Amino acid sequence: MKSLMKSAALLLCLGAPAMADDMMAMMQNTTVGPLTLSDGFAHATLPNQPVAGGFLTITNAGEAADTLIAAQSDIAGVMQIHEMAMLDDTMVMRELEGGVVIPAGGAAILKPGSIHLMFMQLKEPLVDGENVTVTVTFEQAGEVALTLPVRKKMHDGHGMSHDGDS
Amino acid sequence: MPRSLRIIIAAGALVASAVLVWLAWLQPYLAEEDVLKLGQGEYSLMGTDGQPFTQASLQGAPSVVFFGFTHCPEVCPTTLGDIAVWQEELGDVARDLRIFFVTVDPARDTAELLGDYVGWLPGAIGVTGDEAEIRAAEKAFRIYSRKIPLSDGEYTMDHSALVLLFDENGHFFEPIGYQEDLDRALSKLRRLLG
Ligand SMILES: [Cu+2]
Repeated sequence: MKSLMKSAALLLCLGAPAMADDMMAMMQNTTVGPLTLSDGFAHATLPNQPVAGGFLTITNAGEAADTLIAAQSDIAGVMQIHEMAMLDDTMVMRELEGGVVIPAGGAAILKPGSIHLMFMQLKEPLVDGENVTVTVTFEQAGEVALTLPVRKKMHDGHGMSHDGDS
Repeated sequence: MPRSLRIIIAAGALVASAVLVWLAWLQPYLAEEDVLKLGQGEYSLMGTDGQPFTQASLQGAPSVVFFGFTHCPEVCPTTLGDIAVWQEELGDVARDLRIFFVTVDPARDTAELLGDYVGWLPGAIGVTGDEAEIRAAEKAFRIYSRKIPLSDGEYTMDHSALVLLFDENGHFFEPIGYQEDLDRALSKLRRLLG
């Protein structure tokens, strides 16, 4: 687990227009219906890498479950919801055709090495430090647009921590 | 998340039979004479350095061999980034270390695409070629890969994510696992290069 300070630093400003005057509005989350979307980011791409992962946490304060069923972005010809896993040193990845359920009173965490939004047919690279806009669709709560900061993958050099471990 | 759990279990079942075949290939790791044969076989591919890539390419200098593909969202970019960290940490010791990134997706990964994909990593060479030659190389290196269809006419590749180390005589040295602890990876590399 990361320190609180580090976690706070990694929280992002999820497009809150009312807070536009506050450039340091790092803790602002996006809400849609009873859902709160937080901790979103996307990974920067290597040269000629036509795909990328997008990640976020969805918390459901409602009394009914909801399902993340789709995502889209102008930067990607196709976006899908995927789950990857390592099975005996083999990387496997599958499309979650039924989407991701966010249980009532619970949360779904999309993170590296697990469930992710998959940017495919990228029209331009995802560049560290820039933002990418994604619209996600929930079965009940409907659509909401998010601004995900693009981050370089952090590698476990000495003195660094990995961003996939939170 | 029961639904996603079910799916990943289903995925596990899907690969299980193929992984068993792959494990059967891995069994010979136990026999020393077969360990020495890892990477040896009849395959003829082309590197983004313009040189052929065959079993003979493993000789002459120590090598890192990794199989992957450019449509890989995470494991391949992460591993290439890890290799960059190893190079930084090892400094001059890694001067002669060659990095071969062999595609498991030759239909999409042309030499031109692969060249820039790995070009930023010092000493890295992308390797591609005919489908049949790629499969022959996978067999020689005991690498599992499988094409998985997705919607929208897309597909992905399940694939082994082990980094394979070879000494300057082209003999298999040791594997490094995906996201293996940095110090363990570095100690393997220092023993390889020492
Ligand atoms: Cu994916």
